Amino acid sequence: MSKEKITLCEDLADIMPPEYHELVATATYGKEDRGWKDIGNSKELIEQHSLCAGCPESIAFRYILASLPNPEDTVFVGSTGCTSLVFPHVAVQNIHSLFGNQNAIASGLKRTLKCRFPDVEKDVVVLAGDGATVDIGLDMTMQSWFRQEKFTTICFDNELYANTGGQESGLMQKGFVAKMAPAGKTFDKVRLPEIAREAGCHYVALLTVSKPNRVERAIRNAVYIARELGPTYVQLYTPCILEIGKQSMEGLDEMKDAESIGGRFVMKEYMTDEAKKMIEDREAEEKAKRKAAKGKKPVSA
Amino acid sequence: MNKQVDSPKDKIIRSQHVKLGTKNKKDQTFTDVNTMFYDTEMTPNFLTGSEVIRAAIKIASVGTSVAYPITPQSEAAALIGELYSEGYLDEYFRGESEFAVMGQCAGASFAGHRVFTTTAGPGTLRAMENFPMWAGSRLPIQVCVTMRGINSPLSIQPDTLEAHFLLESGMLMWHAETAQDLFDFILKGFIVAEQPDVHLPIATMCDGFFVTHTKDTVLLPPDDICLTPYDPYKSPVPCMDMECPPVRMMRDPFIMKSNYISYMTHASWQQEIRAAMERSRKHTIPLLDGLIDTHDLDREILIVSSGTAVSQGREAIRLLEEEGIKVGLVKIKTIRPFPHEEVKEATKNAKHIFVPEFNMAGWLAREIKAIVPDNHRVVAGPHVAGGMTMPSEVIVEEIKKYLGMKVSSISNRGS
Repeated sequence: MSKEKITLCEDLADIMPPEYHELVATATYGKEDRGWKDIGNSKELIEQHSLCAGCPESIAFRYILASLPNPEDTVFVGSTGCTSLVFPHVAVQNIHSLFGNQNAIASGLKRTLKCRFPDVEKDVVVLAGDGATVDIGLDMTMQSWFRQEKFTTICFDNELYANTGGQESGLMQKGFVAKMAPAGKTFDKVRLPEIAREAGCHYVALLTVSKPNRVERAIRNAVYIARELGPTYVQLYTPCILEIGKQSMEGLDEMKDAESIGGRFVMKEYMTDEAKKMIEDREAEEKAKRKAAKGKKPVSA
Repeated sequence: MNKQVDSPKDKIIRSQHVKLGTKNKKDQTFTDVNTMFYDTEMTPNFLTGSEVIRAAIKIASVGTSVAYPITPQSEAAALIGELYSEGYLDEYFRGESEFAVMGQCAGASFAGHRVFTTTAGPGTLRAMENFPMWAGSRLPIQVCVTMRGINSPLSIQPDTLEAHFLLESGMLMWHAETAQDLFDFILKGFIVAEQPDVHLPIATMCDGFFVTHTKDTVLLPPDDICLTPYDPYKSPVPCMDMECPPVRMMRDPFIMKSNYISYMTHASWQQEIRAAMERSRKHTIPLLDGLIDTHDLDREILIVSSGTAVSQGREAIRLLEEEGIKVGLVKIKTIRPFPHEEVKEATKNAKHIFVPEFNMAGWLAREIKAIVPDNHRVVAGPHVAGGMTMPSEVIVEEIKKYLGMKVSSISNRGS
């Protein structure tokens, strides 16, 4: 989508809501160096959220939307769960269809966009919870990787079914007592990042959303690599503070604890050699561009 | 009541984003659907139903088709793959299950392609969750359902029970009697389903094996013409290609609100899908030449049916005629929208209405009983379950038994 398409018609400008005016005036559509640092200065692509106060998933949403390299040509595919409560507030087209079929939808979507717009990069990003990705949708998640579908899958791992009230999920830790696991979960947390690697993902990252720069890097890598090479997977720890008995302000500490040495979410990153080379080339190119821009002296009046 | 629709030269308005007379990459000329069916010389071909599906898709300007094996649609799905390798479709692949396939079809349709797929029996039921989603998302996908048994013990025989499960899915449902019907319905189905004031998915249904695996003479237009392609920007909801600005749909997601707004949103959307289905009548009536076909409505006994049961009914009528029993016929072509007024009108003088069906549930008889006055006139049957054909003699026997006549029952033979 060209940025011109969101320009307001003068005759109708007075009836457009203020959010839309802001979107046109200060959003980061089309800005090449957009990133998490725009948060607070520019109009964000998430208007507000309807999640619990202090929910780490809302932080994840803000970082992801700020990190997308090309939001004006990105389509999100969501699934049922807490994420589906946020999508109505997002200024990127998004599809909610069913629970668990997100990677099937994304497969058809990406292929058709490629056919219809052969000369434009249209990014498809799946964003779903751990129930949708690992339990009910695992078949379709993995099959899209086997088929080398060129889109990014992001899993919000809160280690349970949050939206339905805290039931056991495949990504839950062993021994955790939850609804539907009254005596504690009897098997280990599913190792989806390793499965993703074996199933053909070209880039896999496991991290929390405590550090925005790390999230930005992972999301950009995942989107760029998916464009060129094939499937990518990012698993983000977004704890459900409500269901693990934490206060609104404790989400960040929970993520920091989980990513400290010996924790479940110490950052892990994997990429194929091909992907590594591609990212290195891109970074070198960006660095050269920044250097060139720095060297240019501003034209004085 | 359906208003009488004039049959002008152009029976339906096609999308005009592609110029008629221009050619696609396979050198096929984009042709108006009216011209294709009413101004083109048709030639007879002796083909199986699966080959007929291939022939229809070859000239349907389909963007994406997703396939999955299940008898008896596998052959048709594989033949569409051949068309893809010859360059007639932009995209084709095998999905991992019918549930996934219908999701993949949805993704392709959300992104703006004309989409076609095929399924059957247990596959239809596995895919079921997707169909109301297609309708609710206003995706004009066409699924060809080659109906077969769905129960355990396993049966691959023809059985139309799965149609019963689709009745309230929000899809248009057209039931083909013959391979010719199937060919016509597939091409005309795209055009009706994609009308901006309809824009709903469509199930083109046929009875597995009887239609898919038998050869029949079918009149086909030349294959150097094709339908004009789907125009995603005529959709009543935005195409998900980020080519129009995203809108903030609502302040709060209504799914979480047990309030009036939530109810209103849900109710109005459901009403709109039903209204869209009603609006499909005005496009369908001229293009299919009515939602029903009738013969000899002045007779006291009528056979009212759909699919291949109609063909068996025709033969039963011939056999009964030999014995001096005169029977008329109503063939129902569209199950959704259901031709309420047409069936009521056609059966108003009948004393006995027989509804032979290839399933044990008798869903078509229920539909008819629900709309005709004095519905004691409706005899739900005969029925056969998957695993056998319905000999015309069984229909003859049912009618004679009901009239109190002596029958030499097939089921008594050998006893």
